Amino acid sequence: MEVRISVIEKRLKNVKRVISVASGKGGVGKSLVASSLALNLANKGYRVGLFDLDLYGPSSHIILGVKRQGFPEEEKGITPPKVNGIDFMSVVYFTEDKPSPFRGIDVSNIIIELLAITQWGSLDYLIIDMPPGIGDETLDVIRLIKKSEFLVVSTPSKVALGAVSKLLKLLKELEIPIIGVLENMVMTKSSFIQNEVGKLGLPYLGSISFDKNLEESIGKPDRLLDADFMKDLDKILEGINL
Amino acid sequence: MHEWALAESVLTAAVEAAEKEKLKTISEIKISIGELQQIEQEIFEFALGEIIKSQGEKLKNVKTIIETEESTLKCKSCGHIWKFSDMKKKLSEDESEAIHFIPEVAFVHTRCPKCGSPDFEITSGRGVSITSIKGER
Repeated sequence: MEVRISVIEKRLKNVKRVISVASGKGGVGKSLVASSLALNLANKGYRVGLFDLDLYGPSSHIILGVKRQGFPEEEKGITPPKVNGIDFMSVVYFTEDKPSPFRGIDVSNIIIELLAITQWGSLDYLIIDMPPGIGDETLDVIRLIKKSEFLVVSTPSKVALGAVSKLLKLLKELEIPIIGVLENMVMTKSSFIQNEVGKLGLPYLGSISFDKNLEESIGKPDRLLDADFMKDLDKILEGINL
Repeated sequence: MHEWALAESVLTAAVEAAEKEKLKTISEIKISIGELQQIEQEIFEFALGEIIKSQGEKLKNVKTIIETEESTLKCKSCGHIWKFSDMKKKLSEDESEAIHFIPEVAFVHTRCPKCGSPDFEITSGRGVSITSIKGER
């Protein structure tokens, strides 16, 4: 009999809000949005956790410039190390950033294990950096973290929206709370995404312009806080009281 | 000491199962510990004891029996079958410790000893589970 699932709710008992930053599509900037959202909220004085759930290609640690520092400390479980004011948990603490060829059942097992043994403590926000798609990770978050809300990221592309809308339809069907859709990497003004999101009856949160200097801020949280990307994100967050 | 978190999982799951089965008290829990997780049994037993003390009536006189399950791995590519104990000595201390936290990182740090494939499965001895619960209605 599986024992770990019983304790997951208890681990998240003192987390006020769980926000999963997701998209049906890869490469739309989920990790940047998730890491920047965590940084932004921590900078405003909130207690924030960030959980990188992208097990194949974790990247939040690269964005936040996390240096390898051994295993997380153990105290009745594992304590997420504090990084730039954020309690940060990722599989990279255990993989040494080596290639991670996991099958679906293994992905689920890792998620369950990490949720069962991580002691998040009291948080205002736990941000989850989701991998692309609607596979194991998405289904496990829906199954195991009942209080999770979804913040969905798209780019202006029709190709991105094709996959993103599948995630949105699934979340709607399952009546999972959707904060809304954020449009990232906008180069030319267009109302295409806003219209399509509207047709689904969901909130369009706003857009983040393509920031050509953003790469220089990767791994440097202080610079990221000042980047144009963050200024656009901050405006969107203001609109949704975050 | 993440054994504590696992011990807490076992007891929470046992109480949940007992409630479902309408058991007033639990007299025995049989726990299987997979070799791959390399649990420190003494710490695990200590944690079980401490948590039981702080729990209510249901677990008051519970006996816990711990069995270790040998870990078997099977390559999906060439069909070779091996045991975790066969390869443990080839792992660094950190790799072994990482597998202790998350058994699936065996796919990251080890390969099939015969063909070198990372595409294998854990057929037994992964982690902690309950094999049986006894109690009274």
